[in-house]
Amino acid sequence: MTGSLLEQAIVYLGAAVVVVPLVKRFKFSAILGYLIAGIIIGPYVLGWVGQSSEEQTRVLHFAEFGVVMMLFLIGLGLRPALLWKLRVPIIGIGGTQVLLTTIAIALLALAFGLPAKAALTVGMILALSSTAIVIQILNEQGLLTTPAGRNIFSVLLFQDIAAIPMLAVLPLLAMSSANSSKHLSADSLIAHYPAWIQVGLIIGTIACIMLAGRFAFKPIFRLVAATQIRELFTALALLIVIGIAWLMQSLGLSPALGAFVAGVVLAESEYRHQLELDIAPFQGLLLGLFFMMVGAGIDFLLLIHRPLLIVLLVALLVLTKFLILLLVGRLFRMNMVKKTIFAFALAQAGEFAFVLFAMSLQLNVLTADIVSILVLVVALSMMLAPLLMIALDKWIMPRLSQQASSPAEQDTVENDNNPVIIAGYGRFGQMIGRLLMANGITATILENNSDHVETIRRFGQKVYYGDATRADLLASAGAYEAKVLVIALADQTKSLELVEMVKNQFPHLRIFVRATSRAHAYELMDKEVFSFERDTRLSALELGQSVLQQFGFHPYRARRATHLFRQHDKRVMHQLFEVYKENRNDYIESSKRNELIIAEILKADMAGEADSDYGWSVVLSDEEIEAITEDKADDKK
Amino acid sequence: MLNDGAVTNKATENDSKQWQSILILFAHPMIHRSNVNKAMIEAVADLDAVRVHDLYAAYPELYIDVEYEQSLLCQHDVIIFHHPFYWYAPPAVLKIWQDLVLQHGFAFGREGSALSDKCFMSVVTCGYDKDTYEESAVNHYTVQELLRPTEQMARFIGMRYMPPYIVYGTHRIRKRDIIAHADEYRSLLIALREGQIRVDDAQKVSKFNLLLSLLRGRER
Repeated sequence: MTGSLLEQAIVYLGAAVVVVPLVKRFKFSAILGYLIAGIIIGPYVLGWVGQSSEEQTRVLHFAEFGVVMMLFLIGLGLRPALLWKLRVPIIGIGGTQVLLTTIAIALLALAFGLPAKAALTVGMILALSSTAIVIQILNEQGLLTTPAGRNIFSVLLFQDIAAIPMLAVLPLLAMSSANSSKHLSADSLIAHYPAWIQVGLIIGTIACIMLAGRFAFKPIFRLVAATQIRELFTALALLIVIGIAWLMQSLGLSPALGAFVAGVVLAESEYRHQLELDIAPFQGLLLGLFFMMVGAGIDFLLLIHRPLLIVLLVALLVLTKFLILLLVGRLFRMNMVKKTIFAFALAQAGEFAFVLFAMSLQLNVLTADIVSILVLVVALSMMLAPLLMIALDKWIMPRLSQQASSPAEQDTVENDNNPVIIAGYGRFGQMIGRLLMANGITATILENNSDHVETIRRFGQKVYYGDATRADLLASAGAYEAKVLVIALADQTKSLELVEMVKNQFPHLRIFVRATSRAHAYELMDKEVFSFERDTRLSALELGQSVLQQFGFHPYRARRATHLFRQHDKRVMHQLFEVYKENRNDYIESSKRNELIIAEILKADMAGEADSDYGWSVVLSDEEIEAITEDKADDKK
Repeated sequence: MLNDGAVTNKATENDSKQWQSILILFAHPMIHRSNVNKAMIEAVADLDAVRVHDLYAAYPELYIDVEYEQSLLCQHDVIIFHHPFYWYAPPAVLKIWQDLVLQHGFAFGREGSALSDKCFMSVVTCGYDKDTYEESAVNHYTVQELLRPTEQMARFIGMRYMPPYIVYGTHRIRKRDIIAHADEYRSLLIALREGQIRVDDAQKVSKFNLLLSLLRGRER
C-alpha cells in the first residue's frame, strides 16, 4: 500500500487495536496478536501493507527503534551491580549456548549440502534468539525477575552483544567469495579512518556515553524536572535514546547496544522510573509495529509451494535449539523447572536474523533462495515462540511444578522488589522509611520534589523521582509485588486520589496513610481506610507532655495523662465521624462544618474522663480499713 | 524534687573514700498520690553517696536503657529496691528492669558476676497492718516470705541479701509515723553508707527495722 503517512498510521494502529485485544481475550500473548495483525494487513490477506519492499524497509527501520528502546529499558532495569552479579551467566551460559548452537546448526546445514562458510553463517545467525519476543513474553508472564528469567535474560544479552562481532565476521567470511567490496561500515562516518582509530573511536564513544550518563545527564534531568512540565521530560528521554542510537549507528555500531549501555548507566539514577514511564509507551508501540512487520513479511507463497521443507526446517530448528538449551541448562546445573522454562523460552530464531541474512545476501555468503527460505523459517519460529510459551504455561509447568514444588525450590525465587513502597518522602515519610530500614525492611521510595530526591540519595537510599499518583509509576516501582503502600504525601487531594487509585488498581496493597488534617482523616474513613495517623497529633501530644512535666507532673504521670488524652481524642474523632457524615451532604461550607466539629470536640474534652488508675494508690475509707483489719479471715490483700 | 529521676549526691572528698555507695531503685507509678514513699524518698534524696533512681521517671515509656542501668549497678556497693507492695510484688517497671538488666553474662552465667558480693536490700511499703501478714490473717504469709522471689534473685546473682525494711499500714498511717519512718530510713542509709552495719549482723535478723533500733540503742 502506498498511502499517505496518515493512512499508514491508521492501518497499523487500527490493526493493532482490533486484533490485539481479541487475541488477548483468549489469554494469548500480545505479540501473537501483533504478528496476526501483521499477517492480516499483509500482502497475503488484505494486502494493505508490504507490497512495495522499499516501503517496508522504511517502516521496518522505524520499527527497529522499538528494539532500541526495549534495550534501553532493559538497561534501566539492570543496575551495574546486578549486571556484575550476572557476569557468570552472561558469559558462561550465553557463550556456551551460542557456541554449541552455532556448531550444531552449522553441522545440520552441512548435512543439507551447504558449503562450509555458508553453513557456519547460518549456524551463527540461527543461534540467536529473539530478544524482543522473549523479553516481552517473560514480562507478560512475570518471569523476568525470577532466576529462570535471569538466566534467559543473560543469554539474550550475550546474544545481543555477540551479534556485533558476527556483523564484523560476515564480511571476513565473504572475503574468499571474491566479493569483499562491501564492507560492514560502508555507511559509517569513520569508515575512511584506519582500523585502530575506528576501534579507538568506538571505545571512546561508549566511554563518553557512560561518563555522560554518570555526570552530565543528572543535572540536565534535574533542570528539566524542575520546570514541572511533564512533556519536556519525555522529550528529553526520547532525545537521549534517539541521540545515542544515532551516534552508534553513525559509528557503524549496534544502536541497541548503545541504548543498553546508556540504560545501565542511568539505572542508578533517581529518574529511572520516570524515564521508564516516558519511554515505555513508545517502546511498546514501536515493538508492536516491529512484530506486525514480521507478520506481514511472512512469505506464504513459499510456504504453499514447499510446505514440507519449510515445516521440517522450522521443526528442526526449534528442536535443535531446544535440545541444546536443555543441554546447556544441564551443564549449568539448573533444576528441572528452570531448565524447562529456559529451553522453551529461547528455542526460536531472532530478529537479528533478518538483518544478518539480508547482509549475508549482499555479501554473497548465502544465495537468494536459501535466504528467502530461512527468513520464512525464522519468522515462523518466531510465530511459534508465543505458542510454545503458552504450551509451557498451560500443560508443562503444571506437571513440573507438581513434581518439584519442594519449598527449597520456591525459596530461590529471588526478587529485589521491596515489600514496602513509600509515596512522599518529606519529613514524615522519612521517619517511616528510617524506622523500617533500621529494622531491616526495605522500601522503595517515590518523591516528586527533585531537590529532595537529590539530598536523600546522597545518603544512599533508594529514592525515585516521580508522581506517585500515577498507576504506571507505582507499577514500575513494584506495586504488584509489594505488600504495603505508605502514603505520606503532604497534599491532601493527591493523597485521596492515590488511595482511590490504589483501591481500584492494586487492591492487594495494604495502605497506611498520613492524614494531614481532621477533615482528611474523615475523608479517609469515608473511603474505609482506617490505618491512618494524623501527622501532627502525636508530636503535639509529646510536646504537651513535656509541658505537663514542666508543671511538676512526674514524667510517668505526664505520660499516662497524655496516653489517656490520646485515647479520648481518638474516641471523639470516631464519634464525630457520624456528625461529619450527617453534614457531609448538606450544603454547609467546610469551614462551618469544621467549626461545628471543633465545638463538639471541646464539649467532649470538658466532660473529661475518669482517671481509672486508682489501683496504684488505694484510698480506702476508714470503715473499709476497719472491716479488713478486723475481719482477718476475709479475702486477700 | 525527684522529677529528674536520678539525683546524684557527690560526697565530700575525704569521707566518700571509705563510704559505701548506695543505689536506690525506686519504683512508684503514682508518686503524687503517695504519702509514705514520697516522704521517705525526699528524706534520703540529698544524702551524699546515695543515689535515688526513680525508674518510672527515667522510663515513662517503660523502655529500659539496659547498658546504662548495668553501669549504674556497677558503680554502687549497696543496691536497694524501694517500692510499694502491689499484689505481693514490685510495680511493673521493676519487673521489666529485672528481666532486662540482670542478664545472663552480666549478672549470672559463666561470665556474669558483675554484682556478686554487693549488698542487696528491699524497702517495701504495705497498705495493711503487720498483723494481716500472718498465717491466720488475710495475707496469710509474712512480707519476708512474700519477698522470697526477690531474695532468691539476689542470692542467685551472688549478692548478699539483707533483711527488708518494711513500712506497714500505709492506708491509714498518721503524719507523725510517716515522719518517723522517713527519719529512720535516713539513719538506716547513713549507717549503711558509713559501714556501721555489718552484713553478717544484719543477716541475723528478719527485718531491718529491728536492727536499726538495736543500733540506735547502742548509740544512746
